[in-house]
Parts: sequence; structure tokens; C-alpha cells
Amino acid sequence: MQQTPAITPEASSRGFRCFHVKPSAWQWLTLGVALLVLVPLSVLFFAWTEPAWDIWQHLRETLLSRLLLNTMILVVGVSSGTLLIGISLAWLTGACDFPGRRVFSWALLLPLAMPTYVLAFVSLGIFDFTGPVQTQLREWFGRGAWFPDMRSAGGVVLVMSLALYPYVYLLARNAFRTQGKRALEAAQSLGCSPVGGFFKVVLPMARPWITGGATLVLMEALADFGAVSIFNYDTFTTAIYKAWFGFFSLSAAAQLSSLLVAMVFVLVAIEQRLRKRMRFAQSRITPQTESIKLTGGRKWLATGYCTGILSIAFLLPALQLISWSLEIFHEEFDSRYLGLLGHSLALGLMSALLIAATALLLAYAGRRHQDRLTHGFIRTATLGYALPGTVLAVGIFIPLAWLDNQLIRLAQQLFGLQISQLLQGTILIMLLAYMIRFMAAGFKSIDSAMHRVTTNIDEASRLMGLRGIKLLYKVHLPMLRGGIFTALTLAFVDVMKEMPITLMTRPFGWDTLAVKIFELTSEGEWERAALPSLTLLMSGLLPIVLLMRQTDKD
Amino acid sequence: MPDQQAVLELKHITQAYGQQLVVKELSLTLERGTIGCLLGASGCGKTTVLRTIAGFEPLLEGEILLDGECVSKPGYQLPPAKRQIGMVFQDYALFPHLSVFDNVAFGLRGLAKATHIKQVNEALELVGLHSEHARYPHEISGGQQQRVALARALAPKPRLLLMDEPFSNLDVTLRERLSMEVRDILKEYGTTALFVTHNQHEAFAVADRIGVMHNGEILQWDSAHNLYHQPASPQIANFVGEGALIKGVVKDKGRVETGLGLLDGIMTDATPDNTAVQLLVRPEDILHNDDSQVQAKVLRRNFRGANIMYTLLLESGDKVQALVPSHCDHQPGENIGIQPDVRHLVLFPIDLQKRQMTTRTTQESSRHLRRR
Repeated sequence: MQQTPAITPEASSRGFRCFHVKPSAWQWLTLGVALLVLVPLSVLFFAWTEPAWDIWQHLRETLLSRLLLNTMILVVGVSSGTLLIGISLAWLTGACDFPGRRVFSWALLLPLAMPTYVLAFVSLGIFDFTGPVQTQLREWFGRGAWFPDMRSAGGVVLVMSLALYPYVYLLARNAFRTQGKRALEAAQSLGCSPVGGFFKVVLPMARPWITGGATLVLMEALADFGAVSIFNYDTFTTAIYKAWFGFFSLSAAAQLSSLLVAMVFVLVAIEQRLRKRMRFAQSRITPQTESIKLTGGRKWLATGYCTGILSIAFLLPALQLISWSLEIFHEEFDSRYLGLLGHSLALGLMSALLIAATALLLAYAGRRHQDRLTHGFIRTATLGYALPGTVLAVGIFIPLAWLDNQLIRLAQQLFGLQISQLLQGTILIMLLAYMIRFMAAGFKSIDSAMHRVTTNIDEASRLMGLRGIKLLYKVHLPMLRGGIFTALTLAFVDVMKEMPITLMTRPFGWDTLAVKIFELTSEGEWERAALPSLTLLMSGLLPIVLLMRQTDKD
Repeated sequence: MPDQQAVLELKHITQAYGQQLVVKELSLTLERGTIGCLLGASGCGKTTVLRTIAGFEPLLEGEILLDGECVSKPGYQLPPAKRQIGMVFQDYALFPHLSVFDNVAFGLRGLAKATHIKQVNEALELVGLHSEHARYPHEISGGQQQRVALARALAPKPRLLLMDEPFSNLDVTLRERLSMEVRDILKEYGTTALFVTHNQHEAFAVADRIGVMHNGEILQWDSAHNLYHQPASPQIANFVGEGALIKGVVKDKGRVETGLGLLDGIMTDATPDNTAVQLLVRPEDILHNDDSQVQAKVLRRNFRGANIMYTLLLESGDKVQALVPSHCDHQPGENIGIQPDVRHLVLFPIDLQKRQMTTRTTQESSRHLRRR
């Protein structure tokens, strides 16, 4: 391993020992952010000290087995669905050539812009009994026309697979592009048929990337709240919500959360191990690979397949949203809508700034301190992406409510003030939860930019007389600008789309677009939910544009 | 009889990417057990030739024969998997998810388990990597990866081995050592091989026959010795080895009047008297002798340790290079005495038309050589 030369005297100190001697402000900071993740987590597990037996009794009798079964179906179904769609599309656009390949290679990322819950209610609107498709079928074939029931496990799995396949697609495509064709040629020169080579070499070589994409998919699927509640499909996230807002038992909600967290952390462990292996599997030089030219019927089949997936996962739902929005525009576009939009934008902006600033500090801390403890803290601090929003909401609300009560009691004792709530009435809880949940995306973009600011660059600038603030302003900031911008965009859009945290921790009067969508869809008012959904969809296109630029470069 | 010995025959193959011809009417023959090399700058079409032989690219015109059987012609391509051709890729293309042993074993199929294991071990021993069989590609060095790639290609005992810039990813010292080793391994295995490189030292060190490629054509297909001492055109003379072309006129049957004096030596092609020519002078053709009548001014000196490469300006205005033992140290601007010792008179008539004709005839003759 290459050792980075020391920048400051503290930086030369490595390992645990130095930390005990004299922890720097940077290290305290990383510890602080890591605690923001660790405290909610431990609160969830400590909730088991007071098990809510009465509710558990009820859960065990009625719900628990169904929750487990539903979760199993979701995990198996969505992972096979996304793998099938994601890998096939990635191979076609990454290694083959057919009409429209260039457009499809970025267009197939578009479903990322649509929140899963939006795709869920639009699909229901289109394919449900009262929807246009079934109505038309009944007109053609009479009342007996059979159509699979969308409100079923199959429907949930299908919708989630269509919404989440881009994670697998993106990573697998990367792998196929860097090594796909060359590996296939090597296998062929050793006597493998192209199909045999695909299964014996190309796929196993891409396994770390593919599994990495699949773990991300499963985290999203387990964390999903909006889509499953639209489908009335009970999972842990909806159970947590019901335990809190239905049975008013925070401790039952916390206990359910801890079960979900345990499942998620199995995925985290797999993902972190794979990330190491990906580094090894990467070939040192990216060979100039030409694509496999599809000919005759095959190339049109490929074009047709890509068009089909893109249509049902994005184009048709987007068109449906637009047409619904046009229908209800004059009724729904009013000051209330603008108020919701304002809340979403404000929350998005505030948390984006908070996340980018914290991520920047973390990245600097990681750059200054190469020791394992600091990096462990940073890893912990960015682990929140794995925590479902419902879980985070519970985990943060409990300690803050406790802190609030202590503060109120203190205020009463010291100043004789009568306050009902201090922190709970503010958006602080929400912002903290957003920050924890979406820190990873922000940190990753800033940190990768930070890696380009090598110590040699610092030294070169220093030799040319740039120091302190000037160095920061003239060298670091321009080099980090792109990363900071990406971090801001990603965090902003993620917060805009976020549903369960907002739903569960918003103070009175802080409804957002996502909350409105939840309320409208739970009453089956698809058309009225279209306008806020379309707004979210447009904001969701921003990061896709960023991704597109990146894919264009390579 | 000699045809049976030919493992690979390329007959006037032509290749294009879109409108652009990248290989033009190229022919060559590789006999059993020989190591051939295509030498040329990047973009000259050499890798395309290799990939066409392997069966990855279709042919526009011509024919490729493997052991006398046609494997590629316009409209027909035997799939790469059925050609029994081994290939070492520029980036080795080792399978990162397989151990060294499994990488080497990949191409072996349909064998009894004992034979299978034996054959892999043989190949690993041949490249000296038997002790590393359980490790993974990312755990071994670049040189070792290269040898694993070689063992993997050799293990199925291919009819022909192709290597695409096999040493270009190694550092200079390792490159030299490995190229010698690879030659020894191929010779021990009795493998017929064809490789491409842009590095003439590699070509010289490894190959029996070298084809100098330019713009999709082979300019000369010959042994390293002949390429250096009897280049067929000024282009090859410039590309292969160091040296300079100086002006001269042919005089009294086989001598050449030049800025170095009247030179006498072996002339390959009889050139009529009074022809204006360019003469190839290699650095070792100029000896340093302070007592010599011929004086030259030092323009540049390049210290190389054991010797110094001087660039000298003759009174005639020609420039030559001289390789001189490094204890004869002169500074730029000084005059030194030199003595020409040109054994092969390599002449290229200056007349443009004639030069083109010569190039063509040497191509004809080299085609003859290939067909032989």
C-alpha cells in the first residue's frame, strides 16, 4: 500500500494509540456524525428491554407470519426480477450493437427518476379493474375477460422490479463494458461457444457488480413504504407505521424496526465484502472493446425488448401522469399545491446544504487522518443509506423525544416555564433523519472528488506560494466543485422524494408533495396525485442527467 | 511436401473498417515450429490481422488456411472456438474469478481427470509458475500474469499461438527477460506462433521471421539479420535499427562515391554506373580513428555507458551516426577522424520513379520468399 505523505504533524499519526493521546477536532467530528447513526440504532435494540407483550401477542396471532412471508416473496421476487431485466438490458446496451443502442444506454436509467410509489399507483391506475386497460378488454371480450389481479404479490414484485432494475443495470453494464467482450473472446479462443462463454466467464466475472446492484435493490425493496402501502401489501415498514400511528406503541415500532435492521445488515455485510472484491476484479487497463454486432431479426428483437421495458417502466406511466395532470390542473394547481411544493423545496434545499457541508467535513477528516479509527467512524457515519426511513424515524424520534422531555423539565425547574414541546415541534428531527439517511450519496460524490486533490497538489501549490485560505479557495474549491454540486443534487432529489420519514416526523403544517401523494393514494385518488408526482418526477430527472454525463464520458 | 509444413497461410487478405482499408492484399506463410512477427507502428493494421486469424473479424477478400484447411474467406468464418488457435491478449484477459490453475485449465475439455490435471501442471511448470497455482490473478505480478496467459493459451496444445503485443504492459527490464523466456518456452513446446509488436527489439529477440508492416501491407518478410542488413526500402532502413542515408553515386562496377570517400563492399542488387543513390550507413559502419583523413564535426553526443552515439556532420553536408567506445570522448563542435567500414552496400536509387519500382520489385521478391 502506498502511504500518503503527511500534510500536518497530526496526519502522520496512525492507528489507535494516537487517538487516545490527542484526538483532533476532525476526529471528534467524525465520531459525532457516527454517533448520529449509532444512537438511533442502539435505541431500537434497547427497546427490547421493555417488550410490548400485548401488541406482540396480537402481532404473532395475526400479522407476523404474513409479514415474514410477504418479505420473503418480496426479496426473492424483486431480486430475480431486477436481475433478469437488469442483466439482459446491461448486456444488450453494454456489449452489443443494435438500432437505438446509444439512446437506450441512458434512457434505460430513466425509471430511477420515478419514485417507486409513483410507479405503483400509476400502474394500479392503468391496469386495475377500473383502469383503461381492463375496461377496454371488457369492451372487447365481455365481462368475463380475465386479467391478472394487480393488487397482489405478483403486482408488487413486478412494479418494484421495473422501478429498481436500473441499479443492477447500471453496475452490470459497467462490468460488461470494461471486460465483457474481451473476456468472451478469450473464452472463445479457448474453445468456448459464445453462449457458453457468457455463462462460464462473462457472468461470473461480473458477479461482484451484479450482486452489488442486487443488494442495493433489496435494501430499497425492504425500505419501501409507499409502494407497498398503495398495494395494501403488509411488510415490516407498513407494520412499523401501524404500530406507531395505529396502536400508538413506539416500543413495538422500535422492536419491529430492529428486526428489519437485522435483515438489512446482512445485506450491508454482503455489499461491503463485494466492494473489496470489485477492486481486485477490475482489469488494470480498459481495453478498447468493440461491440458485438447483432444482425437480422435479432437486432430488432433487441430494440423491441428495450423499448418494451422502457415503455412500461417509464414512458407509459409518465404519459399517464401528464394526461392526468392536464385533466386536474386547473383544480389542483392552487396556493395549497404551491405551499406543498414550497415545503418540499425548502426541506430539500436545507438538508442538501446540511448533507453537503457535513460530507465535505467528513471527506477532509478522512484526508487528514488515514488511521483506521477515523475511517471506521466515517464508514459508520455513512451507513444510514441502509436504514429504512420508517426505522430511522422511530430511532430518532425516541431519543429526541426523551431529550425534549428532559429539557422541558429542566426549563420548568429552573425558570418555571410551562412548555409542551421544544424540539418535537420543529423540523430538526426531520432534517437529522434526512441527513443520516442520505449522507452516503453526498459523501461518495465529494470524497471521490477529494481523492483527486492529492497531497502532491497541495505541495505543488505550496511551492508556488499558495497557503491557507487561498489554497482552499484557489485550488481545492475548484477541484471539489463538481463533487459538491453532485452531492447537493443527489441529496436534494432524495429528500424531495422521501416519504416515510416525512410522513412520520413532520411537525404540524409541514406537509410535502410526498405526504400529499400518500394521503391521496390511500384514498385511491390517482388523478389528483398526478400533479405532485409529476413534479417529483421532474426533479428526479436531475441526477439522471448527471449520471448521463458520466456515462457519456466512458 | 513443403505445403504440408505450412501451418498458417494468408492469401491476399483484405480487411476494412467501414470505407477504410486497414489490411491490403496481405499474404504470408508460417511454417511449423517457426515464430513469426508482424512489426509496425500502431495503426498499421497488425492487430487486425491477428484478430482475423483468430476468427474475431470477418474477411473482405482473400483466404486464410490453417493446416491447409480454409478457415476464413469472404462470407465464411469458422467460429474462433473451433480453430484450435491459442491467443495471448495484450491485457492478458485472465479470468479474475478463477485461480491460476483454473485459468490454465479453462481450455481443456473432454479429458480424463488425471490427464487434465497433468496437462495443466505441465503447462504451469513450463512457465515456471507451478507454485502459484492456487493464487488468483490479482495476487501475482504482471510478469507472472503474462506467463499464466501464455500457459493458458498453450495448455490445449493449439495448432497456432497468436500473441497481441505480449510484452507491452511490462517494464523494460522485465520485457527483455521475458521475451527471451517466451522464445525458449515456445521452442521447447515446438509451437508455431505469430505475434505483433511495435518494438523491434522484441521482434528481434523472439521471432524467426519478421514482417515489417506499414499501412496494411507487409513491406518485407524476412529474418532479423536480413531486415537489418538488407532492408528492401529506405522506409524499412529507417524503421529498423539506427543509421542514416547519405548521398552517393555508383562508380566503376560496385563502388560508391560518397562523402565518406569511395566505398567498396558487397552489393545485393547490381546497380548500373553513374546512378545517383542513397546509401545506408549503420552506426557500426563508422569507426573512430584520429589518424584518419576523413574528418567530421560532432553535432550531438549521446552517452550510453559502454559507448557513445555521435551524430556527425560530414564535409559533404551528410549526417551519419557513429557508435564509438565511450573512452573516446569528444564534445559537440569538435572535429574527429573517422574511418568507414561499410561491408554491405545497401543502395536505394534516388530517382523517385525508380525508387517506387524498386520497392515494388522487392515486394514481389519478398512475396516469392513467402511462397517458397
